[in-house]
Amino acid sequence: MNYDSATLQALKSLLYRMADDSLIIAHRNSEWTGLGPILEEDIAFSSIAQDKLGHALSLYTLLNNLGEKEPDIIAFTRHTKDFTCCQFVEYPIGGYDFSLLRHFLYDTAELIRFTSLTSSTYEPLAKLSKKIIGEIKYHVFHANTWMVHLGAKGNEESHERMQTTLNLIYPLALGMFEDIASDALLISSGIYTGEQSIKNDWIERITTVLTQANLIIPNDITPIYGGRTGDHSEYLDPLLKEMTEVFSIDPSATW
Amino acid sequence: MPTISSLDPRINRAGIPEDPETAFIPKEQLDQFHTYEVFVQTKSGGHHNHVGSVHAPDPEIAMAFAKEQYCRRGQTFNVWVAVTSSIFSLDIQDSDFFETVPDKTYREVNDYINTREKIEAFKKSKQ
Repeated sequence: MNYDSATLQALKSLLYRMADDSLIIAHRNSEWTGLGPILEEDIAFSSIAQDKLGHALSLYTLLNNLGEKEPDIIAFTRHTKDFTCCQFVEYPIGGYDFSLLRHFLYDTAELIRFTSLTSSTYEPLAKLSKKIIGEIKYHVFHANTWMVHLGAKGNEESHERMQTTLNLIYPLALGMFEDIASDALLISSGIYTGEQSIKNDWIERITTVLTQANLIIPNDITPIYGGRTGDHSEYLDPLLKEMTEVFSIDPSATW
Repeated sequence: MPTISSLDPRINRAGIPEDPETAFIPKEQLDQFHTYEVFVQTKSGGHHNHVGSVHAPDPEIAMAFAKEQYCRRGQTFNVWVAVTSSIFSLDIQDSDFFETVPDKTYREVNDYINTREKIEAFKKSKQ
């Protein structure tokens, strides 16, 4: 596996995007721990958040193997502008409708992305994708179940809240698929299929579930981009301050 | 009626009377989900064993909860969930209901142990 330096940079950019998304959504979703609507859901959602943290660690480890710093150093010592997560994952948890819809839209994209990466020519990523795909299948099952339940089987209030929040969240969700120029190198070398391909599959899949849930995808939406180039929402900085608080006290401490 | 106050908000919410002699005020029917009993199959083709229960509004969500409550660690092949009210059990006051009288050896299978050896021994004795 000898990549020219441009392809290597493109690969690292992909891994950073995926890892940062996983880390930040893991942190956000874990904010529900102890506050979930009922005990069983609290445990399930917290466990999903933990899985995401594990995915972030695995992806940072791949970066470490490609010559980047240790996972903890990457996760806890970078400046806000050096993160390349999309703004979608940075937003506060809001109400449970917001968090569930984000979980649904995000995890459907992850399932498609990791499924496609199981045949990546970059062997370590293909191997990792095969390993974690089962977890993500459960995440999507959990999310789909709630979408249909609250959208179609709940009451007027639950349907109304889900539709209103979907309208609000959709431009942010599209920000996951911001085009990255260097991805062309990954597409030509068979490492990754690129954001457009993931997005097309994503729209198809979410449409199927949202139709079952009696929810309608809003029209004529301008995506909210920026996260991939370090242009973040106002919410990322406070999140990172909180997340790195303990680590910053003694970076050399062992756990 | 004075109730116990605590640093733990759950204790405060429970509204426990300060005087232990006071009867609890009966609560209204709670707006809660059904419970579902969860049965996990840990081996392919094996029995589904009861592992506990979950609260859920419908079987699909019960399944989503059961998977994460009871199948997070270790191998699982399948899960069943069943509404608790669909499980029937014997109403037994007398604990000796399941007792068996011990001296009925003819009901036990001890004599069938080592059958192969016994057959071999019999064949040998006939040679």
